[in-house]
Amino acid sequence: MPAGLLGIEELDRSEIEAILSRAKDFQPLQSQSLKKLDTLRGKLIVNLFYEASTRTRTSFEIAAKRMGADAVSITAAASSVSKGESLVDTLNTLAAMRPDAIVMRHSASGAPHFLSRYLPTPIINAGDGTHEHPTQALLDARTILDRRAALEGLRVAIIGDIAHSRVARSNIHLLGKFGAESVLCGPASLLPVELAKLAPGVRLTTDIRDAIRDADVIMMLRVQLERQHEAAFPASEYFQFYGLRLEHMDLARPDAIVMHPGPINRGRELSSEVADFQRSVILNQVENGIAVRMAVLERVIG
Amino acid sequence: MPIVIKNGRVIDPASQADRIADVLILDDKIAGVAPNLSAPGAEVFDAGGMIVAPGFIDIHVHLREPGFEHAETIESGSRAAAAGGFTSICCMPNTKPVNDSATVTSYIVERARRKAAVNVFPIGAITKGSEGEELAAIGAMKAAGAVAISDDGRPVMNSRVMRRAMEFARSYELPVIDHCEDLNLSAGGDMHEGLASVRWGLRGIPSASEDVMVARDLVLAELTGARCHIAHISTRNAVAMVEFTRRRGLAVTCEATPHHFSLSDDQMRPYDSNYKMKPPLRSGCDAVAVVEGIAAGTISAIATDHAPHAGSEKMQEFERCPFGIIGLETALSLALETLVYPGKITVNRLVELFTTGPEQVVRLGRGTLSPGAPADVTIFDTNVTWTYDVNQSFSRSRNSPYHNRTFRGGPIATIVNGQFAWRRE
Repeated sequence: MPAGLLGIEELDRSEIEAILSRAKDFQPLQSQSLKKLDTLRGKLIVNLFYEASTRTRTSFEIAAKRMGADAVSITAAASSVSKGESLVDTLNTLAAMRPDAIVMRHSASGAPHFLSRYLPTPIINAGDGTHEHPTQALLDARTILDRRAALEGLRVAIIGDIAHSRVARSNIHLLGKFGAESVLCGPASLLPVELAKLAPGVRLTTDIRDAIRDADVIMMLRVQLERQHEAAFPASEYFQFYGLRLEHMDLARPDAIVMHPGPINRGRELSSEVADFQRSVILNQVENGIAVRMAVLERVIG
Repeated sequence: MPIVIKNGRVIDPASQADRIADVLILDDKIAGVAPNLSAPGAEVFDAGGMIVAPGFIDIHVHLREPGFEHAETIESGSRAAAAGGFTSICCMPNTKPVNDSATVTSYIVERARRKAAVNVFPIGAITKGSEGEELAAIGAMKAAGAVAISDDGRPVMNSRVMRRAMEFARSYELPVIDHCEDLNLSAGGDMHEGLASVRWGLRGIPSASEDVMVARDLVLAELTGARCHIAHISTRNAVAMVEFTRRRGLAVTCEATPHHFSLSDDQMRPYDSNYKMKPPLRSGCDAVAVVEGIAAGTISAIATDHAPHAGSEKMQEFERCPFGIIGLETALSLALETLVYPGKITVNRLVELFTTGPEQVVRLGRGTLSPGAPADVTIFDTNVTWTYDVNQSFSRSRNSPYHNRTFRGGPIATIVNGQFAWRRE
């Protein structure tokens, strides 16, 4: 199997530390006037997105360009798949054009893992179904470490639709490898009990106040109740019980930060005041996304 | 030509025989089991060190003909059966068209007569088109050769329809074989709901989807007096409920597949559709319960649920792949490795699970070496070592999780109606 990046679960701590450390090297570049390196000059990266995504795709494109690589983005509507060509055939066609890496997002969990068994090209997982979103967890870790000396011993509350969240899974694995505590919170129908065994240091609660108490980091997840296959929770009362409001912040550690993978729904998973709160680091996450993805591209292709 | 099988350990549970003896086959019948048998001009098969058993019966097979011949045919599937030691197989009705009429039943019987390497017995649908609404022509299908009814894979959700089906089946003395799955509870699921499904972000099929339907069927079996057979039982609760019902004397039976007693969800290769089937591979605790159910006698038959799918259908995103794996050629070896060698059951009990157990469900008048019985014989060896290469399978499909697996023990030869249908090379 070519060395790509499929998930956080299969990485060990030193590999993650190397990426995060390299990403730190790339941070100053983001605010320079000349932002482009030539580390990956002549390399070709294909961004293949089977699911709509503006920010992740753009972030990967910019990261590729800042590393000096050429990037081609293809947005394959899921409907074109059902029109005939199988995923394997599509990817084989792309691989024949000899890209150095394929960045892939797909609505099916495991699609990149399945393909990586048959393709010679390294695959970087940009989100697969409800499984993993490894670069999101890496940029989240980078963002936390910009404000804290270490992940070890931190209490991180992750709140929302955990069951269907690839962001949550990648973060749970990453935090577990670094000795941080993950407190997962959501309505029981979106919080399978098996999650407690997913990684070390995981605790489950259905009470948002319990989750936030003494937290160092509060990660809110995007909630897309309308996209679920069934009514696992009545959308009308979600914010009342699981939305983050300013008054909750008094329960957390005084220097606690608020994170969100975006795009945010003001008034759905967090109040507008929290989104604009001084300790909200949502835009720092976006900025770190580029540095982290540069480090990932360098690791996979360089 | 007469056949004499010499010096084998003859295990015939139906006549409670277990001894070193010869088996004489004249024409298409068993002529005798005794020491030092011979017949003029007979072909002699030396079975020294081997086990000679009644021909194995698999009551749960998908042959895909008519309608899906790219995945399997009666000919290819029956050849795979012979290579697995099976001499009789019962084929599920989910063909195209569905086997819900005497016309389709007769077509299968006729194709099998001309093409099949083993005895093929059709199972008719419970409802028209297996749509779960209107009862199929059950009596006419029986007259044409159907040995049971089932809407396998598309279970009857309406309990009133199931009740009527059981009543009809009882009038025609047919068993009702049910694939127990509450389709509302399992909807959208791709594998067992548990730690592995949560870890891999795949939607789960809870054990409860099987348990609630097993409970319903057991209650309806009591209400109607029908012979109810639970297909591919896979959960701890379901085994316990069948055990409870059997203790009360009801005519309820159940089968287990080799994959459900030999694999669990944590042993799946992630996102590999050769591990995707219904019911899904359950937890290790459930697999242990299935083994215990077999050892305790609650589960009385091993059936493969041989479900061929063409390669292109299984080479997709996991959630898009169809359910099912092939299993005829590996069933005996898996049963030996998982059940007999670790001491869970005796080899005699294993023979029962492949012969008298299924025979009690479908009543073919086979599954014994008694004189006068059809000359269906399975010869197997607990010492032979062989490696399963799925690309050499007689099946037209390649969807097996056991590819490249080396087994100790397996079939050596299969005799169907007095003729060798397969021999290990």
